[in-house]
Amino acid sequence: MARVEPVVEALAIHKSFGDLEVLKGVNLTVAPQELVFIIGPSGSGKSTLLRCCNLLEEPSSGVVKITGEDITAAGVDINQVRQRIGMVFQSFNLYPHMSALGNVSLALRKVKKQPRAQAEAKAQEALERVGLAHKADAYPTELSGGQQQRVAIARAIAMEPDVMLFDEPTSALDPELVGSVLEVMRELRKSGMTMVVVSHEMRFARDAADRVLFMDAGMVVEEGPPDEVFGAPKHERTKAFLASVNGH
Amino acid sequence: MVEWEVIRFSFFNLETLQEIWPMLWRGWLMTVQLCVAVVPLGFFAGTILATIYSLRIKSVNAALIVYVDFFRSVPPLVLLIYVTYGIPLLLGADIDAFVAVLFAFTLNSSSYFGEIVRAGIESIPKGQMEAARSTGLTTLQAMRYVILPQALKNVAPDLTSNTIELIKATSIASVVALPELLRMGRVAQGLVYNATPLIAVAVIYLIMLWPMVRLLSRLERRMMSSR
Repeated sequence: MARVEPVVEALAIHKSFGDLEVLKGVNLTVAPQELVFIIGPSGSGKSTLLRCCNLLEEPSSGVVKITGEDITAAGVDINQVRQRIGMVFQSFNLYPHMSALGNVSLALRKVKKQPRAQAEAKAQEALERVGLAHKADAYPTELSGGQQQRVAIARAIAMEPDVMLFDEPTSALDPELVGSVLEVMRELRKSGMTMVVVSHEMRFARDAADRVLFMDAGMVVEEGPPDEVFGAPKHERTKAFLASVNGH
Repeated sequence: MVEWEVIRFSFFNLETLQEIWPMLWRGWLMTVQLCVAVVPLGFFAGTILATIYSLRIKSVNAALIVYVDFFRSVPPLVLLIYVTYGIPLLLGADIDAFVAVLFAFTLNSSSYFGEIVRAGIESIPKGQMEAARSTGLTTLQAMRYVILPQALKNVAPDLTSNTIELIKATSIASVVALPELLRMGRVAQGLVYNATPLIAVAVIYLIMLWPMVRLLSRLERRMMSSR
């Protein structure tokens, strides 16, 4: 059988901030349409790993490939590559001086060089997918946290990326607003989007993930289907982490 | 009320005012020309300096700090005299007074504007740049469309305040004989032997700047309430 080209392939990723080694040789491979969940205690390096995938964080060593292309190689136009990698942040990071439509259409206009009308039609479509077509003219401060995060998701999917990276997308949300964001992520998954999610939403991970990675102290400690990792964790550290998460 | 008659004659002499008005008008036009050139020049140069500074290139930033510190430490009048009389010596050719003044004020005001814009850029959370870059925008595009619009809004009161200071400071161009408002006022004073032209100059500055001072107050109040 022919090998399916992974969408994301991060190999032997090391990352140090000064003397602090945050990633100690991590591998992450994500197949097309796969949803990979990364869990672990804070400081385990999971967000850093995610941010290495679009080079918001430059790995100290290691190779990152996106659909087979080595993006850590010299001379790669990273802006070209990032169009194909959507990212959603914990703190939404919407542009406060632009409407929802402006937020979503900016990169379409300035990166994909689409004319304004075409970009805005596309942006409107993306807002519709996250259920916020009626909020196109609203500014971020006029939206709830959940709505802001959905606009941020729309901003990323409007670019039609090959993969979406979620960095703790619900951590900054009030509990009652989490559901709407997870719902959008479920829809995305159904539509066949390849996704890498760093999150503490264990229930969502159990329901939706194809594979779960448990990270601790800059390494992947355990990895497997959610039933295995959550139901029968092999490693002591995984057990301890899951117990602490389920405990509270 | 002899005293009042003397005061009126010396300071509020309408006949004198009528006589010297064309001179003041020409001076005012020169001041306006100077401001219309120097404010945008200083602002844009400052914004470019601040943008370059935000790229965090160590050696470049060291040079920028020297530039900014230098031109903020040198009194504008000293700088103006050096530029006006020094450059012709260096070049061995005359330099238009207007150009010299423009050059000196651009050096000086770009340092101040640059510091203000830099503070504005640093007030924007770094997630804004990351979000913009994650969608494929270049650093400069992200600066232009995402960071600077927010940064400039955050420092609008400081920018306005600096603009007012700069407009007032253009009056020192009178020292190097640029025929701007204050210079023309003093020339007129020499012709009529009373102080009315100088009073008129002060009133013209007041009328010109007072609306801007009002705007500044309003901006400051708005910033306070939005925090």
